[in-house]
Amino acid sequence: MDESDAIYGRVKALVDTFNKKGVPVTPETRFQQDLEWDSLTVLDFVAGVEDEFDIIISMNMQAEIETVGQLADVVRKLAKD
Amino acid sequence: MSDLFSKFDPLIAQREALLSTGLTDPFNLVMEKVESPTVAICNGKRTILLGTYNYMGMTFDPDVIAAGKKALDEFGSGTTGSRVLNGTYSGHRAVEQALKDFYAMDHAMVFSTGYQANLGIISTIAGKDDYIVLDIDSHASIYDGCALGNAQIVPFRHNDIEALEKRLKRIPEGAGKLVVLEGVYSMLGDVAPLKEMVAVSKANGGMVLVDEAHSMGFIGEHGRGVAEAQGVIEDVDFIIGTFSKSVGTVGGFCVSNHPKFEILRLVCRPYVFTASLPPSVVATAATSIGKLMHGAGKRAHLWENSKKLHSGLKALGFTLGTEQPQSAIIAVVMPDLETGAAMWEALLEEGLYVNLARPPATPSGMTLLRCSLCAEHSSEQVDEILAMFGAAGRATGCI
Repeated sequence: MDESDAIYGRVKALVDTFNKKGVPVTPETRFQQDLEWDSLTVLDFVAGVEDEFDIIISMNMQAEIETVGQLADVVRKLAKD
Repeated sequence: MSDLFSKFDPLIAQREALLSTGLTDPFNLVMEKVESPTVAICNGKRTILLGTYNYMGMTFDPDVIAAGKKALDEFGSGTTGSRVLNGTYSGHRAVEQALKDFYAMDHAMVFSTGYQANLGIISTIAGKDDYIVLDIDSHASIYDGCALGNAQIVPFRHNDIEALEKRLKRIPEGAGKLVVLEGVYSMLGDVAPLKEMVAVSKANGGMVLVDEAHSMGFIGEHGRGVAEAQGVIEDVDFIIGTFSKSVGTVGGFCVSNHPKFEILRLVCRPYVFTASLPPSVVATAATSIGKLMHGAGKRAHLWENSKKLHSGLKALGFTLGTEQPQSAIIAVVMPDLETGAAMWEALLEEGLYVNLARPPATPSGMTLLRCSLCAEHSSEQVDEILAMFGAAGRATGCI
């Protein structure tokens, strides 16, 4: 994942708004192990991404997404469909 | 060999730390004797029950007990079989008829528990490529029903009408949509805005399932629940309920007017691949449901109790889950698990049982002392309860 990618940039900007602990964010940053958000933060973050791109990221899809870069890939695919 | 139990180590450590302080284990209480719907003997001590969801106090109703004894004598202790094989007795048909009468609906299907009712209905009707849109604070049985099936699961923020609508509108054209809501959310005791949510769901082509486990018997003109109280029961496709709360025994059900509903008896695995309820249980349930149809006086007293406890706890300085009493559940918010457990034990020593609820069962990581009132609590008992909360709260520094 190229950090200059436009979709990655928009996803990362959303991650930053919820990144209260100031964890350095790269495409390899893992949601569970690195960002350690609670379930309500995850819900609000996912809702933010869904609103930004007008898509649905179901819990089934979320379970497959580990890193910020993977999320950007999923968003790119969903936004295209 | 890796130990499969290693994954539980953090929970084991948390539990040991809590119990090492000398606290009574809040998840291991034994009721030695039960005197009535509102009083039991725990640790040899007379204890007022304020955490049993026995809303209408039917567990010791003489007609209910007589019906159970008669069924035990006439039909034996158990059916030893599935509803679709040897496990449907006349009592099972009778309790389904009682439900159809109670809800004024065409179809009723009885499961062995309320948990299985959600598990079975949700996993069966929402298939692959369908979408289930559900409130994030849904009960574990709803999530487990989602997990058992193959549908796409889309949660939305608790009771947020706009969040529900946005998600419904984004679902691909032609996909099946099941919206899963609850009438009363059991952790905080708050009620859903069903009027708006059912309207939004219907306008966007969704079928609606409402779990009314914590409202049956006392919310709505006929006690049919929040959907009835808010005037939208006609637009709800499936109502899920339980016998283990207001009805006062055990079992679960789904009622519906869907013309093809009966096919579920053949395709719903948690219905087919388990033994049916014992004859005594369905007999007590049918009798209790019949009596709940005429429980207006008890309902009014239950609401009085709920209002009195809510305002009394507020006056004592406790933080409550809802600003106003919305149901028969009053949740007292505790600052953390340690304080919650200490308060729970202090109340038990005073002679009061409430539920200690903690994550992951609770929303937003809260620790709650959950109180559920009964129509059989006397006004004097509510006074006693408030005095115990005052004493325990001061002893533990909660107020």
